Amino acid sequence: MRHEVRFSGYGGQGIILSAVILGRAAALYDGKHAVQTQVYGPEARGGASMGQVVIDDRPILYPEVADPDIYAIMSQQGFEKYGVRARPDAVMLLDTDLVRSRPGCRYYEIPATAEAKTVLGREIVANIVMIGALVTSTGIVSREAIERAVLDSVPKGTENLNMKALKRGFELGERVCNL
Amino acid sequence: MSRVEFMQGNAACAEGALAAGCRFFGGYPITPSTEIAEAMARRLPKAGGVFISMEDELASIAAVIGAAWTGVRAMTATSGPGFSLMMENIGYAAMTETPCVIVNVQRGGPSTGQPTRAAQGDMLQCRFGSHGDYSIIALTPNSVQETFDLTAKAFDLADRFRVPTFLMTDEIVGHMRERVTIPDAVDITRSSPLAEGSLPFEAGDDGIPGFAPFGSGRAVHVTGLTHDERGYPDTTDPAAHDRLVRRLVAKVESARRAIADYEVTNPDAGTVFVTYGPPSRTVEQVMRDYPDDAVGHLRLRVVWPFPEFALHEFPNAETYIVPELNMGQVVREVERHVDQPVVPLGKIGGELHTPAELVRALEAHR
Repeated sequence: MRHEVRFSGYGGQGIILSAVILGRAAALYDGKHAVQTQVYGPEARGGASMGQVVIDDRPILYPEVADPDIYAIMSQQGFEKYGVRARPDAVMLLDTDLVRSRPGCRYYEIPATAEAKTVLGREIVANIVMIGALVTSTGIVSREAIERAVLDSVPKGTENLNMKALKRGFELGERVCNL
Repeated sequence: MSRVEFMQGNAACAEGALAAGCRFFGGYPITPSTEIAEAMARRLPKAGGVFISMEDELASIAAVIGAAWTGVRAMTATSGPGFSLMMENIGYAAMTETPCVIVNVQRGGPSTGQPTRAAQGDMLQCRFGSHGDYSIIALTPNSVQETFDLTAKAFDLADRFRVPTFLMTDEIVGHMRERVTIPDAVDITRSSPLAEGSLPFEAGDDGIPGFAPFGSGRAVHVTGLTHDERGYPDTTDPAAHDRLVRRLVAKVESARRAIADYEVTNPDAGTVFVTYGPPSRTVEQVMRDYPDDAVGHLRLRVVWPFPEFALHEFPNAETYIVPELNMGQVVREVERHVDQPVVPLGKIGGELHTPAELVRALEAHR
């Protein structure tokens, strides 16, 4: 089954890296096929950023994302630019404190940035918290695959922090699912 | 042990070049090709190679030609505006039969156009952009794996035919990430060495002279002027020019069956898509979603020299449809080689044809 996942937020949050990590988890560690693309514009740090991933059990032919069924949105501007037209049966994860709007589709509020700041002490891992929540709330890839992909992708010396962030995200994702 | 990675097309291009033994890169960064230069800058010094950030694209291709004449595999990578600047020395590479690889990660043009958007608008420039008559080889990948494979292959073709060889990719394939398998080693075929007793530009039946790079012990005079088999200018004799330039063209064009690389799907079809690069993936999607033996697909991995014989692998063809990311370039080759109606499906602006667009075209033209 073809899934289209879109991440959006502001430049500097690690939005595109999130898409790369998810794609790597699916393609290298879950035996699936994945194509990762991104909006590749002149947006600098602070502007709306967007990265996306197509994941499928079959080889992916048309590589573009046309109509995502899964969203992870981490800024209000990101929502307005890349999330507001989500289809009714999509599922959207929102950073509770950074996105004011709420979509017409099913959505989960994930306090990713607040958790990263207060519980983990480093705001920079908010995207990893979000990825963890995405994985347990949607099952798009396995926990083992995303763990390996995160470890592949983060700088040396930050592995423990990122694993903690990911596990916190797993918990938040499980919790919203069971509400 | 091969390794499996999840990487961008541009990164796979650099890996393919390194695997093929490329040890020189001269370039000037330009969106959307810059990741290739970045990867080569990181990797080449550790591989015993040389990376030079040149002052512009004229110098980049000149440095590549010079490096190739020292016997190393050499490449550059650029996009539209830089490609335009390289044109004069691309002709020099063709005239001097310099094996080298030029990557063009195509973006929207003309001029500086759309730096961050995909196009296939340089396909005719690649074939005809320098002045005079000559011929080149151009490869067109549609995936990250193919970017690796065809980059490596480009070096072999450049060496075998002693001709500038182009990897004509684009922003879509250059920036998408996919799984890619990188083998430990790829097969490498280098130029035939210049035989004892042969003149430096004396060719046999295949039209390809043996190669004696600088330092190989043979004195070779290299000039962009019309030259004789010794390499010395002979700029007024019509026969000398005719002999040289016809050989430069024929050595590539007469080998087009050997160079050709394409896929045929549903050869009995009446409606045939002809594609190269990423529009092929939309066609493949449509063919998977709406299976129909009446729809065929010819996908070219080599566009130049144009394999016109591949068009005739569809004996029942009634219509050819040619989706490409320009206003209709390679479609001209299709038109001049078949009698059936040919439908150009050019799209510009930077987005790939959608499956729905191709389905509409099929409904309108079958």
